[in-house]
Amino acid sequence: MEQILANGVYLGSQYAMIALGLTLIFALMNVLNFAHGQMYVIGGFVTYTFYGQWGVPFVLALVMSCVTLAILGALIERFLFAPVIKGSAREESTMLLAAGIAFFLDAVILLVFGEKQRGVPKIVDGVFNYDFRLIMPYDRILICVLAILSIVAFIGLMQYTKTGRALRALAQDRTAAQLMGVNVDRYSMIGFALGAMLAGLVGGLLVTITGVNLGMGGPTSIKAFMMVMIGGAGVISGAIWGGIILGFMEAIGLAVLYQYGDITYLLIFVSLMIFLAIRPQGLMGKPWG
Amino acid sequence: MQRRSLMKAALTAATLTAFGATAAFAENPVLKIGFVGVTSGPAAAWGISNQRSMEARAAWINETGGYTIGDTTYDIEIVSFDDQKDPKRAIAGMEKMAQEGIHYVVGPNVDDGAAAVRPVAESNGIMYFPYAFPKSLYQAPASNAVLGMVANYQSGPAIYKYLMENEGVKTVAFIAANESDPLSQRDGGVEAATALGMEVVSDNVTYQVDTTDFTPVLTPVMRAQPDLLVLSGVSPANAPQLIRSARELGFQGLISTETAQDAGVLAEGAGDLANGFISVGGASTPELASPMMIEFVQRYTDMFGEYNDESNTKVYALEYILETLKVDPSAITDVDAFQTTMDTFEAPNPYMNGDAKLRYVGMTSFGQRRQVAVPLVVNVFQDGAFETLFVAEVD
Repeated sequence: MEQILANGVYLGSQYAMIALGLTLIFALMNVLNFAHGQMYVIGGFVTYTFYGQWGVPFVLALVMSCVTLAILGALIERFLFAPVIKGSAREESTMLLAAGIAFFLDAVILLVFGEKQRGVPKIVDGVFNYDFRLIMPYDRILICVLAILSIVAFIGLMQYTKTGRALRALAQDRTAAQLMGVNVDRYSMIGFALGAMLAGLVGGLLVTITGVNLGMGGPTSIKAFMMVMIGGAGVISGAIWGGIILGFMEAIGLAVLYQYGDITYLLIFVSLMIFLAIRPQGLMGKPWG
Repeated sequence: MQRRSLMKAALTAATLTAFGATAAFAENPVLKIGFVGVTSGPAAAWGISNQRSMEARAAWINETGGYTIGDTTYDIEIVSFDDQKDPKRAIAGMEKMAQEGIHYVVGPNVDDGAAAVRPVAESNGIMYFPYAFPKSLYQAPASNAVLGMVANYQSGPAIYKYLMENEGVKTVAFIAANESDPLSQRDGGVEAATALGMEVVSDNVTYQVDTTDFTPVLTPVMRAQPDLLVLSGVSPANAPQLIRSARELGFQGLISTETAQDAGVLAEGAGDLANGFISVGGASTPELASPMMIEFVQRYTDMFGEYNDESNTKVYALEYILETLKVDPSAITDVDAFQTTMDTFEAPNPYMNGDAKLRYVGMTSFGQRRQVAVPLVVNVFQDGAFETLFVAEVD
């Protein structure tokens, strides 16, 4: 039981971080960013390059992942999403654009970083072992703590800073925010950059545990969408709860159902379908959007 | 005016360069060889190492004047198609090869893709070299598929027997991704281990192919405390994470797989925790690699920036195709002639020291010669590199 709880907390914290950036972008711009997983992968590769290849301290490499993705996110918003949103009222236009960006980034990742799985040296050695009832490597514990601290910092930013208030206003009602003097274009770009930065941050954190490869983008996006659907699209707290719930469902399923083969995700998908049929707006979402 | 002149000069230079490149390429007639495999997504490393092996070898051949078959010297062109590990795409890829008049194709990389393309290949006179293990692909009445590597049901028993005799292994656990290839390899491994008298203590734990953290997945397997943990059909992306998680969970036993791996990937992903990991390799360990293999590795590295140890097994298919065509040039457009030649074909293995031969095998496993005789080289990972554990042959 201790192991299941620990695995659930660990998986939940990393999943919540992955979902946060995606839901932020959706909340601000009503854009389903299919390239979120690819941004996560780029974040992992940037940390890999700086920390794993060039020997830069891990924290600095993590900062480089955040900065790279923030710049990439800002550029994508300014030169791709903003013009499309202004020029087309159809939602599928941004969806197609996001899918196109995902394919493009996959190709760029292959060209720049290659096809191989990459990994970095462990940031902390050793394994916590409580009487073989709870085994957790120290680096996972550290990453879990860092992920939780990052989530807390993000919530603090959204709640207590001018930027956060502007972003929340934008998410609640774009027109009203504009009437109140919020520079919508500027804060859309900042929000998208922040969402991309979160993807880069979690990619950089997790490369120390899971490594990174070019194929991780698509599956990461799918998992992030699941968490957002569970918690409610565009709701920050919903993304966090979605991540935690998915993390615990996975941890419990893998521990309890292993003798029946790989049915954990089958059950998760079935549960999700039933849940969405009953509550299509997710846990924290509002039925009116 | 000056600007316009500059643009004209640039345009002229570009045209001349393009024309020059075409002219250089067109010195010899071109022999097209196809590749249909996965070069995107989580399993991209498998197909890309295939494709790049072929491209590196083709570039080498073309640079040194081409490949002479009969009275004609050809430049080799590799035509590639990414099937995205999707059988429908694999069929589309094989149809593209047929439309281009290609009769020899390397790939697909996985079981369902290889099975899906069989009707297209057989009806269009295409010989194809899959990296897939189902016996039905190679047993009569199937005729056009040639297994491009050693199958798990050939390497697995050899590895288990070696470990039983040399390491005293008695119990074994299997873990596999929830996909057709790894699951069939797991079932084959369980069958082989049981036949050898090993006790299988866990064989029902599987994982999603996109799993990135294996600690929760492996926890139940570790409770069984096997002497040997077999990572059935494990992809190079997942192997280091599985090894690392197993060791961090306190597993002290041996870990092995029957798929080819890359030493650099293992070193980065698992470091010293991967020491002792047993996998199937090719002929690039220092004691086995011939001067030609060493040059191939160097050329591949120069061309793509980094070598992939998986190419040690994937360097062979193109060589087999070309060497067989050399024996009977009419086979360039006649796969029946190719199949006839396969029964008696034999040539020196240029990639391996010693007197190893290129020849077609498979009589024991398939009842007909539908497998390339690549050496069964079993490697052990130690301090960042592979060492040869033992070498065997498949008949």
